[in-house]
Amino acid sequence: MATADVERARVEAGIRNLKLSGHVGFDSLPDQLVNKSVQNGFVFNILCIGETGLGKSTLMDSLFNTSFESTPSPHNLPTVKLKAHTYELQESNVRLKLTICDTVGYGDQINKEDSFKAVVDYIDAQFEAYLQEELKIKRSLSAYHDSRTHVCLYFICPTGHGLKSIDLVCMKKLDTKVNIIPIIAKADTISKTELQKFKSKINSELASNGVHIYQFPTDDDSVAEVNASMNAHVPFAVVGSTDFVRVGNKMMRSRQYPWGTVQVENESHCDFVKLREMLIRTNMEDMREKTHMRHYELYRKKRLEQMGFSDVDAENKPVSFQQTFEAKRSNHLQELQQKEDEMRQMFVVRVKEKEAELKEAEKELHAKFDKLKKDHTEEKKKLEESRKKLEDEIVEFNRRKQQLQQQQMTSSHHTLTLGKSKKK
Amino acid sequence: LQSKREQFFKNELPPTSSATTGGSTALPSQQPQPPASGTPPVISTTSAIKEALAKRVERITENHIGGSDVPDNKERFNKAEKDKVPERRTKELDGYVGFANLPNQVYRKAVKKGFDFTLMVVGESGLGKSTLMNSMFLADIYSAEFPGPSHRIKKTVQVETTKVLLKENGVNLTLTVVDTPGFGDAVDNSNCWQPVIDYIESKYEEYLNAESRVNRRTLADNRVHCCLYFIAPSGHGLTPLDVEFMQRLHDKVNIIPVIAKSDTMTPDECSHFKKQVLNEISQHKIKIYEFPDTEDEEETKLHKVLRDRVPFAVVGSNTVIEVDGKKIRGRKYPWGIAEVENLEHCDFIALRNMLIRTHLQDLKDVTNNVHYENYRCRKLAGLGTDGKPTRISNNVCPQGVMNSFMTVWNPLAQMEEEKRDHEAKMKKMESEMEQVFEMKVREKKQKLKDSEADLQRRHEQMKKALEQQINELEEKRRAYEKEKQAWEQSNNVTLEELRRRSLEANSKEAVDGKKDKKKKGLF
Repeated sequence: MATADVERARVEAGIRNLKLSGHVGFDSLPDQLVNKSVQNGFVFNILCIGETGLGKSTLMDSLFNTSFESTPSPHNLPTVKLKAHTYELQESNVRLKLTICDTVGYGDQINKEDSFKAVVDYIDAQFEAYLQEELKIKRSLSAYHDSRTHVCLYFICPTGHGLKSIDLVCMKKLDTKVNIIPIIAKADTISKTELQKFKSKINSELASNGVHIYQFPTDDDSVAEVNASMNAHVPFAVVGSTDFVRVGNKMMRSRQYPWGTVQVENESHCDFVKLREMLIRTNMEDMREKTHMRHYELYRKKRLEQMGFSDVDAENKPVSFQQTFEAKRSNHLQELQQKEDEMRQMFVVRVKEKEAELKEAEKELHAKFDKLKKDHTEEKKKLEESRKKLEDEIVEFNRRKQQLQQQQMTSSHHTLTLGKSKKK
Repeated sequence: LQSKREQFFKNELPPTSSATTGGSTALPSQQPQPPASGTPPVISTTSAIKEALAKRVERITENHIGGSDVPDNKERFNKAEKDKVPERRTKELDGYVGFANLPNQVYRKAVKKGFDFTLMVVGESGLGKSTLMNSMFLADIYSAEFPGPSHRIKKTVQVETTKVLLKENGVNLTLTVVDTPGFGDAVDNSNCWQPVIDYIESKYEEYLNAESRVNRRTLADNRVHCCLYFIAPSGHGLTPLDVEFMQRLHDKVNIIPVIAKSDTMTPDECSHFKKQVLNEISQHKIKIYEFPDTEDEEETKLHKVLRDRVPFAVVGSNTVIEVDGKKIRGRKYPWGIAEVENLEHCDFIALRNMLIRTHLQDLKDVTNNVHYENYRCRKLAGLGTDGKPTRISNNVCPQGVMNSFMTVWNPLAQMEEEKRDHEAKMKKMESEMEQVFEMKVREKKQKLKDSEADLQRRHEQMKKALEQQINELEEKRRAYEKEKQAWEQSNNVTLEELRRRSLEANSKEAVDGKKDKKKKGLF
C-alpha cells in the first residue's frame, strides 16, 4: 500500500504502533482536510507559451469549456509580453481561481534571443513575490493568492520535422522552474503516421538535449497505471475549437472541413481528452505540489544563497536564518555607516584644502598691498624732501631778495654815509 | 461510519437515473444528460455501496456509463446544489471540465502522506489524564510499561512526550502525547507553568528554524496543536493555578478546558460548575479554543449542541463492562454504572467528536496560522530591532496594512530598501555639503575681493592725494622759478652770484669781524 512507507518510517523512529480497540474516528481527518481546502477554494496558474496563431486561446476555451474573451494578438510586437487573466470557475461545489498567462508576440521577432527572457522573468517574479510574502514578519500565507505558475503548456508548431531551436532553448531554460507539458498545436494538419514520427522525433530531441518535461506521477497506486500510459503519449497532439457542430443529438466542439469534421473530444481524432484528463482531472494537485516543493524550493535556495545566507557558517557549524540575517544586517549597517563617514571625511579634506588656498590668496593680497603701502610711503617721503627743498629755496630766495634790496638801499645809503663813517 | 457520512452529506438531490461522472464523451448510448447550457452538471450520489475511504479509485468516464451499480467516487459532492445563477465574477462552464475532482486528488495525497497530531495534557496528578487518553484513542497509550504522568513525578515539573502510531481505515495518525508530570503537585507551585511554556516555544522555534533554512526538507510538525487542561471538580470554580496557567498560555496554544472526574458531580452541580468556570474564564479574559462553525448548516446545528457543553465534563475508563448484553466502557459503582460513552452521563462523546472527528484539522490550522505566526512575529521583530520592538518600514507593504506596533517587515526587502534609502540620503547629504561648501567658498572669495577692492581704492586715493601734492609742489616750484627768473632778470643778477658773493662776504666778514674786533680792542 502507498501508506506502507509512511508506516515504515514511523516504526523506524521508535514509535509504538498501537492497535485500536474500537472506532476512534480520526479516519475523517482526510475529509476534514479536504473540506477545508474546498472551503478555501483552489488556485491554479497556467502559462501558455507558443507562437502567435497556434491556437493557445482556443485551446484554453476548449479545455475549460467556456469562453475567456481573449483578443487575438498581432504579429508585429517588438518584444514578448505576458498577459495574465484570472477567472473564477466553479464546478459542482469546487471553486477554482484560474489564472491563464499568455505570451504575446512570442516568436515574432526577427531576433528571438530575448523571447524567453520575458517568460523566465515572469516566472521568477511570481516566485519572488511568494518568497517576499513568506519572509515577512507579519505574513498571511493562508490568505495569500498564490500566483506561481503551476504548469507551462508549450505549444509546438506542427511542422512535422521536430522542434525549432527556439523551442529547445526556451524549454531548457524553463525546465527547472516550471512543470512543462509540450503540446503539438493544430494537430489536425498532421496525419496519424506523420504524428507518430513527429512525436518520437520530438521526444528524442528533448531527451538528447536533457530537457526535463513534466512526468505524470506513477507512485500513487490509484493513478499510476493511467499516468504511466499517458506518459507515453506525450507530447499531446491537440485540436481546439470554439465552434460547435451537431453530431448525433449533441453539440460538439469541432472543426468543419470540406472533407470531414474534426471532433475535439474524439479520442481517435486528437489527444485533447487525454490532455484534459491528465492536466485537470488527475494531476492538477500534483503539479501544484511539485511547483511548491521542488521548483519554488530551488528558486528560494538560489535566491537566499545569492543574498549570502547559508545553513552553515565558516566553521561548518549550523547557523540559523536569524543569526545569519543579524550578522548580515550589522555588516550592512556598518557598511552604510562607513560610506557615510568616508564621504564626510572627503568633504573635510576638501574644505581644508580650500581654506588653505584661500588663506594663501589672502596673504598674497596683503603682501601686495603692503608693498604698495611701502612704495607709497617712500614716495611721500620723497615728496616731503623735495617740498622741504623747495621751501628752503624759496626762503633763501626771499632772503636774498630782501638782502639785495637792502644792499641796494644801503649801498645808496652807504655812499651817503661814507664820509660819516670815515669821519669817525 | 456510514451513518455519520450520510449525516455529513445530507441534502442529496433525488438521484437521477443516470449517475454520470461527468459527461465528457458523446457516446450515443449514454443516457440523456441535462442540457449543457450554462448549468453546472448535477452530480448525484448513488445509493449503492460506498467504498471504503482508502479505495478511491477513479475510472475513466467512457467505460462506465451511468448505472447505479457503479461505485461513484463523486459522492462527496452531494451537497445541495448551489444557485444555478453563477456569481457575478464566476465564469459559467458550458460543460464538463473536470476540476471538480481536485478534492479527490487532495484526499489521495493527504492519505498517502499520513497525519500527525500533538496533544498536550496538563493537570494535577490523579485527575484521570492517562485514563482519558487511553479512552479517547481506544489504545494503550499509557500502560504498565509506559506509565502515565502521575506515576512519574520527580522533584521538578517535567515535560515529556510519548509518540504512538495509530491506524484506522487506511489513515495513519502519528499521535504525540505531551504530559507534564509534577504540574501543580508541589507545595510551592510558582512557575510550574514555565517548563510548559518553554517546551511549547521550543517547538515553535524548532519549526521556525527548520522553515528558515536555505535547504529545506519536508518540515516535521512537532508543534503542540492542542492543550487539554484538566480542572479538578471542586464544584466551586477555577483555582488560582488554573487561572494563572490559562492566562499565560492562551495566546500560545489552543486550550480546551476539561472538567475531570465529573462523575463526582450531579448534573445540576455540573452545570453550575460549568457556568462558574465559564464566568471566570471570561472574567480573566482567557481565550480558550472555540470550535468554529462549518459552512454546512446542518453540521453547525449538530455542533452547536455539542459546543454548548464546553467545558467538557468527562469521565474516562478503560474497563469494559457488560450491560444488557452490550459491552460498554464505564465505571461500576455500587449504585450504578457511569457510562463513558453516554452523553447523558458525561461529555466524553462530545469531547471526542469535537476534538477528533471534526476539528482536529482546524486545531492544527489555528496553531499554524495564529499561534505560530504570533510567535514568529514576536521572535523576528524582537530580533530585527535590537531586542526592542519599534517600527520598521517596508515600502512594499501598502499603507493600509501597516499597524502601529509592528509593520510587515521583510528582511530581504528591508536591506535593499535601506540601501536605497541610504544612497538617496548620501546623495542628498553630498549635494547639501557641496552647496554649503560652495557657498562658503564664494563668501570667502567675495570677502577677499571686497578687501582687495577696498585696499585698492584706498591706495588709489592715497596715490591721488600724493599726486595732487606733487602737482601742487610742481606748481609752486614753477611759480617760484618764474618769480626767481623774473627777479633775476630784472635785477640782472642770479641767485648763484648772490650766493657766491655772500659766501665771500661771509668769509671776509668773518675775517673782518675778527679784525674789527681786534680793531676795537686796539682802541
